[in-house]
Amino acid sequence: MKAAPFEYSRPADIDEACALLAADESARVVAGGQTLVAMMAMRLARPTRLIDINRIAALSYIRTEGDDVKIGATARQCVAERDALIAKSAPLLARAIPNIGHAATRARGTVGGSLANADPAAELVLCAITLDAVIEYRADGESGEIPAREFYIGPMITTLPAGAVLSGVRFPIWRGKVGVGFHEVNARRSDFAFVSAAAQVELGDDGKAKRIAIGVGAATDFPLRLDSAEAQLSGTALDEKTVRDALRAALADVETLEDLHASADYRRRVAVDLAARALADARNAAQGKPHAH
Amino acid sequence: MSEPGHRYVSTDRRVREDRRFVVGKGRYVADIGLPNTKHVALLTCPYPAARIKSIDKSAALAMPGVHYVLDGAELAAATLPLMTGLETPNVPRRPLAHEVARYAGEWVAAVVADSRALAEDAAEKVKVVYEKLPFVLDAEQALEKSSPLVHEAHGSNVLLDKTFTWGEVDRDFAAAPRKLSLRVKWGRSSTVPIETFGVVASWDPWRDMLDVYASIQMPRYSDQIGIALKLPASSVRVHYDVDVGGSYGVKRGIKHTVLVGYLSRRLGFPVRLIEDRLENMRGGDAHGPERLFDVEVAFDDQGIVKSMKLRALENVGAYAGRSPFQLGKPIGAIVGPYKIKSVQYRAMAVVTNKTTQEAVRGFGQAPTNVAIERTVDEVAEVLGLDPIEIRRRNMIRHEDFPYTIPSGTTYDSGDYHTVIDKVLKHTSYEDLKRERDALRAQGKLAGIGIAACLEPSGGNAMFEALLNPKITTTTFMDSCRITVDGIGSITATMHTTSSGQGHETLVGTVIGEVLQLDPELIRVTRPDSLNSLPSGTPVGSRMAIMLGGAAFHAANKLKAKLIAIGAHDLGIAPERAVYERGEVYDRNAPEKRRAWADLVQIAYRNFHRMPADMEPGLSVSHVMQVPTGGKLPDASGRVQMYPCTSFEFHMILISIDPALGRPQIVKYRVGHDCGTVINPKIVRGMTMGGIAHGIGAALYEEFAYDGEGQLMAQNFMDYLLPSSHEVPAVEIVHHCTPSPHTVLGQKGSGESGYLGAPAGIANAINDALRPLGISINTLPIKVAVLGDLIAAAQEKKE
Amino acid sequence: MRETLRKENRMRIELDINGSKREIEVEPRTTLLDCLRDTLGLTGAHAGCEHGVCGACTVLFDGVAVRSCLMFAVQAQGSAITTIEGVTPGPGELSPVQDAFCETHGMQCGFCTPAMILTAHALLADNPNPTREQIVEAISGNICRCTGYAQIVEAIALAAERLRGANRPKDARP
Repeated sequence: MKAAPFEYSRPADIDEACALLAADESARVVAGGQTLVAMMAMRLARPTRLIDINRIAALSYIRTEGDDVKIGATARQCVAERDALIAKSAPLLARAIPNIGHAATRARGTVGGSLANADPAAELVLCAITLDAVIEYRADGESGEIPAREFYIGPMITTLPAGAVLSGVRFPIWRGKVGVGFHEVNARRSDFAFVSAAAQVELGDDGKAKRIAIGVGAATDFPLRLDSAEAQLSGTALDEKTVRDALRAALADVETLEDLHASADYRRRVAVDLAARALADARNAAQGKPHAH
Repeated sequence: MSEPGHRYVSTDRRVREDRRFVVGKGRYVADIGLPNTKHVALLTCPYPAARIKSIDKSAALAMPGVHYVLDGAELAAATLPLMTGLETPNVPRRPLAHEVARYAGEWVAAVVADSRALAEDAAEKVKVVYEKLPFVLDAEQALEKSSPLVHEAHGSNVLLDKTFTWGEVDRDFAAAPRKLSLRVKWGRSSTVPIETFGVVASWDPWRDMLDVYASIQMPRYSDQIGIALKLPASSVRVHYDVDVGGSYGVKRGIKHTVLVGYLSRRLGFPVRLIEDRLENMRGGDAHGPERLFDVEVAFDDQGIVKSMKLRALENVGAYAGRSPFQLGKPIGAIVGPYKIKSVQYRAMAVVTNKTTQEAVRGFGQAPTNVAIERTVDEVAEVLGLDPIEIRRRNMIRHEDFPYTIPSGTTYDSGDYHTVIDKVLKHTSYEDLKRERDALRAQGKLAGIGIAACLEPSGGNAMFEALLNPKITTTTFMDSCRITVDGIGSITATMHTTSSGQGHETLVGTVIGEVLQLDPELIRVTRPDSLNSLPSGTPVGSRMAIMLGGAAFHAANKLKAKLIAIGAHDLGIAPERAVYERGEVYDRNAPEKRRAWADLVQIAYRNFHRMPADMEPGLSVSHVMQVPTGGKLPDASGRVQMYPCTSFEFHMILISIDPALGRPQIVKYRVGHDCGTVINPKIVRGMTMGGIAHGIGAALYEEFAYDGEGQLMAQNFMDYLLPSSHEVPAVEIVHHCTPSPHTVLGQKGSGESGYLGAPAGIANAINDALRPLGISINTLPIKVAVLGDLIAAAQEKKE
Repeated sequence: MRETLRKENRMRIELDINGSKREIEVEPRTTLLDCLRDTLGLTGAHAGCEHGVCGACTVLFDGVAVRSCLMFAVQAQGSAITTIEGVTPGPGELSPVQDAFCETHGMQCGFCTPAMILTAHALLADNPNPTREQIVEAISGNICRCTGYAQIVEAIALAAERLRGANRPKDARP
């Protein structure tokens, strides 16, 4: 299980990375490499050139800018996991990140790498879609951006333009009485999820949902935003029955994945359940109640 | 836990092997660096069945640094097929597929290159033309006449179909007021050590010597290599001082070793094959049992089980290996701990287009225990009896030992009821039931699982003669040599590799006990196979009994010799001499004594002071036969299998999230009786590890295939080994019923935990499902399958 | 750097291995694990799965536990790598963590042990007083097939206790 031969480059900045990528259509960017290197070892990925962006210091930021939390492509997952700013301004990420792999893979794995890899079960992809994050990239000396909901189009497939390097992501900050919830199910706790669900809620002073976002991951080719349920539940008190009915309706006609680990029925049914749990957690947190664990 | 009268045995001493492991100085096969070693990578068949039409090696051979591409035709012409246990000459097994490949992942060609990476590059350039053939994956389908034949020349897919009837089965069934039948499926899993199998072979043509370094756990390893390579075994030198990174049965590696042994002889330099994980999972021939049980029991209204019919259908994969014999070993404990008076057992093994199996921890006993224990629970359910109560009623009582079961094996000793009492004293059953009911009240599915299982230990292989009458082997040895050198230091030898069982500690402890000397003073070494005494390997939970026994007897021979020398020099009869901590003195005049140094001086340098007719020097050895062994099976297939039976009683509380189907082990208690414990740290570790492995087999691990014959779980993202998250804290309640057949009363524990955990977990889950009116008897019980089952039952209820 | 480092498909890199600078040449495709084992002769890191799941190859990378099979050696240019050989105090001596693993027999075959001990070192550097849950979480990325983890968890708890004791002033009470 040894990678096929390749050339290795370590560009000093992102534009140099873009130039290297543009020059060789079989080149791949490596950030944390926690998926790519394993795929290379099995020769399921065989780039001719590996462009290592880990040393580009300018890409490892975590900061707020206006109404957004901005995270650079090479910010490590373990750093984001413990980052006070993320805990405060993007609490869904703080909830979701500990579910990614193990501590030793989060130590190398990056936020941008996971977003670019586009695994249907990736927690960060689910967060990005749920929160309407915006993916930022550089290509040809220019900056560009794509909303997460337009970025993902299939399993491991994105709309990132050829020759572009993902440079970062912005997550909009929700203010007010905000709560989040995140649940996933797998066989072993640290595996890829069979199904995952994320929810973020802002409650109005009346205790009703003012703003609501629900996403389901790992059940479909790429994480799914449950718009119809959000619309239906907006302005309600998010009681259990209403929530479950809305979620069931939203997922009723969704074609879910089937594989070695779980049936399509399982994924559809459990998606409803986990989304309901995530939403309940989010509502409770917004009300200032601790999570029931 | 310490048994009275022992100085070192049963005391909580450190394990000497650990010192080298904690600093990374274990010497594993991948750490062996012989100069000029070349590396092997394997080309594998992508189809479950295919005729190999042609192999074009030219592009690979043209690459710089590539030395050779070996195919199955060349290897088959130069070597003999690998040894198999059954008389199935038309099911030949070879390291590389010859003419036909019979499972996806089977090795078709071996590439030798300067580095492993280069060998993989070259393997991609070898072009093989295949003709796809029809295939069969399912064992029951393989039995059908219309099914494709895995080995055409064999004429059917059946390797073994043998029915044993012990006792008056028909009469007992006719007489019993109640009957029940059950189908239980054990999914294909294995031990999957973290170190893959590896071997380095180096042929020296000037000495006619093949040096072999391997991560091996295989009886008669050098014999089998020699036979296949047509070499005398005296030209095969296996180095036993290689640490093995886990095995638990599967590291058999004959095909790997014949392959690299041939290559090294052909090419003239050392060749190594360290399987990568894909080679290991697909084509390492290290899968374990995949077994279908049909159980029928006859019982009375009190729940006393009178008779049992058991059919076991094993899907061995494409070639026989040791696998069919794994249907034989459970015969030695076919009624578990119960007094079932008659048994019919039909053992069937079929070939299919799946990966070949090897021996797995327990050698077929763990699946059999699931079949028995699930059935006992079902009987209890039918009668409304408590699962512990029904076991108490059926269990062999302490006063019944030695107890002969219908299949002819006499259990040595046991006190099952007391073990249960002790566990229930440690953890109140009533409290546990209340805890279960509280979980149920919270909306969980919760269940208590009970399993009472035996671990036959001592490892004779009488199942061979039982399943193949042409085999007449009744000798199963282990051995130890002790030498006190000319300056008085002690070296003992053992003659096999180890894979974490602490055998050096075992030998040191036992010899220290007998000689009353600090075990740390006793060096334990592993000579190579040409310098070894006859020995088996750590299979069949045998080493505490057999290596411990051999060390004990050798130490006593040494002690007797020291006494004879001392008594002679003191001018007294040996009966008057007393041995104490390395010294010999006169019982009647304790001040008259010979110290250790004196005795060594006499043995090595003062022949004039030696007793007449005694060999000089201080070197003794002992070759030990398995206790109670030595008889072939009788005409009705009754046989004394292993000499000792350890007992384990599992009590498990599991909670299941009904919406997700995800089980969580809330409490785990196990009562364990393996007789005298020689090293408590080792025995505890074995039991804990066995339970973790059993949790894997029950809930997570399966070599699942898709309908096209492709192995879906071929890496560690799909074959799920339990991590620290999945293994709960386990509390062990210890009990000691010494074995009358062993030197210290010890029994085996190398398979402990694993033999009962899957049964206990399956029973716990079924207890949890009972309120829904459903059950599941297919292992592993996977999260989503369980989730779907629960959802369907809930829907039906509503 | 970059292309200029390349010579016949090999690249020259400098690593800080257990406190000493080592300059070596590697193919870009050589993983850090293979580099440690084959080029540097540090065989305490083990190849178990080579795809990042089993954790037997764990080393400390700038002090943090990482999978050395999921990184190419060229990526480690200039970084500090600590292997099991680097936490062993000296010939015949054991670190408190290593000694605790011996005390509880937190291993059997020893294959996952160096990685497990490095993971424990990283945990205890970060959290000198871990709970059982934290220990379980910390080692959850290191698969041990022999022990069922109980004696490993106990070893790490024992090491933590001893290390805390070592830093505490002597009890002044009579």
